[in-house]
Amino acid sequence: MRPSAGFCEIDHGADAALKVWAPDLSELFRQASIGMQVLMGMEPAGGQPVERDLTIQGEDDESLLVGFLSQLLFWLDQEHRAFSVVELTLQQGRLDVRLSGALVSAIQREIKAVTYNDLALQQSKDAWTVKIVFDL
Amino acid sequence: MTLSLQAFQKISEYEWEIPAAFRPDMRVPVRFFTSRRMLENALADRSVEQALNAATLPGLVGRVAVMPDVHQGYGFPIGGVAATRFPDGVISPGGIGYDINCGVRLMASNILLEEVRPHLADLALALDRCCPSGVGVKGGRRLTAGELEQVCRQGAAWAVKQGFGEAIDLARTESGGGLGEADPAALSRQACERGQGQLGSLGSGNHFIEIDLVERVFDKKSAAAFGLIEGCLVLQIHSGSRGLGHQVCTDTVQAFQQVVHKYNIILPDRELVSAPLDSPEGRRYLAAMCCAANYAFANRQMLAAQARSAFDQVLVGKVGNPHLRQVYDIAHNMGSIETHLVNGKSLKLCVHRKGATRAFAPGHPALPAEYRASGQPVLVPGSMGTESWVLAGAQRAMQVSFGSCCHGAGRLMSRSQARHSLRGEQLMHDLEERGIQIRTGSLGGLAEEAPAAYKDVSEVVKVVVETGLASKVALLKPLLVIKG
Repeated sequence: MRPSAGFCEIDHGADAALKVWAPDLSELFRQASIGMQVLMGMEPAGGQPVERDLTIQGEDDESLLVGFLSQLLFWLDQEHRAFSVVELTLQQGRLDVRLSGALVSAIQREIKAVTYNDLALQQSKDAWTVKIVFDL
Repeated sequence: MTLSLQAFQKISEYEWEIPAAFRPDMRVPVRFFTSRRMLENALADRSVEQALNAATLPGLVGRVAVMPDVHQGYGFPIGGVAATRFPDGVISPGGIGYDINCGVRLMASNILLEEVRPHLADLALALDRCCPSGVGVKGGRRLTAGELEQVCRQGAAWAVKQGFGEAIDLARTESGGGLGEADPAALSRQACERGQGQLGSLGSGNHFIEIDLVERVFDKKSAAAFGLIEGCLVLQIHSGSRGLGHQVCTDTVQAFQQVVHKYNIILPDRELVSAPLDSPEGRRYLAAMCCAANYAFANRQMLAAQARSAFDQVLVGKVGNPHLRQVYDIAHNMGSIETHLVNGKSLKLCVHRKGATRAFAPGHPALPAEYRASGQPVLVPGSMGTESWVLAGAQRAMQVSFGSCCHGAGRLMSRSQARHSLRGEQLMHDLEERGIQIRTGSLGGLAEEAPAAYKDVSEVVKVVVETGLASKVALLKPLLVIKG
């Protein structure tokens, strides 16, 4: 049986952290994006969603994850739009993702940045996990 | 790694040190300015380990200094000070933080509590209206690309030229409110886009505007120099470089992941990535960081002018003199190029202060003439509902902490613990019972910033005073808090 995928908030002093788990890396990235948005307490505004393609290159999967989540934060800050993953492909040092973005009416908590603090993707027999620390 | 009190050498009641030999990758010792009880609390999270990690940066001199308000951050601990040789040492964006030049501005007045009390609610409304705050909230108008470039080059002076404030405000701002090494060409397109819309806005999280009463003066001479009058109102503004600064740090931490391999820099935490100050990458980050720092100086300058406008709108004709005059504006997340005496030698250094305040001693040439005798004003905001302090930088800070001091109370409880154990509505009610008015857009956010989630700021101040880093000038009591 495939393990479930999900996320939960974990304690981290002055900032915030998520534990994310998934059966594969693509799903882990998707769960991390949902978890970050839940952590921010976003409220949807409705309206017509927009589709957008994003490509990120990095030296390893951790830097792709930071780059991906940081780009979502940028769009949220600039356009008040939350993007969800439609399709995501990970290859050696490259992430290609198709996203669908909807406007949000309110955000309860600002995340300033996605950090590399203790960031390490862990693979066990049947699951990937990661702890992500966000600067608030 | 498990750390205990046994790892520390007790220097005095409020100073504890871990020698450089403690870990093979440490380059310098780490000095903690703290009480035994607070140190035991710090050992409960990872702040001590993070301070030891900071001691591994190439080019460090002296020692890493850790302030009593230390708490766990990412990479560096909050409350950490580390100085690297200029230009052959490194600069680490993680040692400065995402909110570059997050800082505090203090403004004083002659307004007596008795005369303003009937107008406090109106003042709260006016401040809220004049100083936009909250998550994703923009400033008054969008800057053109050319204007943003000028803000990044000139800092607070740009805002004064636009009519936001007075020339004397600049003299009473750290580094005159502008760092000369700024180069807007070092900014990414995304950093510029974020910067164009947010100037003149407070932000969210722990950012705030607060009206306080000068409850007690400890040093009459310094208080007089700073313009602080017992029984009169002051205003504090806590804000930073908004999305532009966050983006500069994000861009650089990402880029430096590869740069560390190029320069063979081996670090225990990827958030500590750094580059030599004299490398193209280090120079670019320094230029971008200075842009963000200047943006933050301009931002607080505009917020101060907007607060002055709110005071005028509500209080003209109702109080004797509603004018707010600048006491000082300080940064507590900064990489600052300064000259310090190290082992008897004068060295040019990059002083990383993350959650630590510059605290120059009396006589320092960087201080305005009127503050030379007293030392630099050091602004130590308490947690919402508790007192804040105005201190003055003292000579020992120049000798042991690169002219640095604490920056606040320091967190005791994590945000999720605070949210689960404290209720925003109850907190607001309790504070109002104590005569403290609160305006906030988020009750959940209010609970995260509750006084119980922070250390006792008076205990923090006691440590910096006992260790000679600063001296007490005045105690401020909160009356009105506007939370971002």
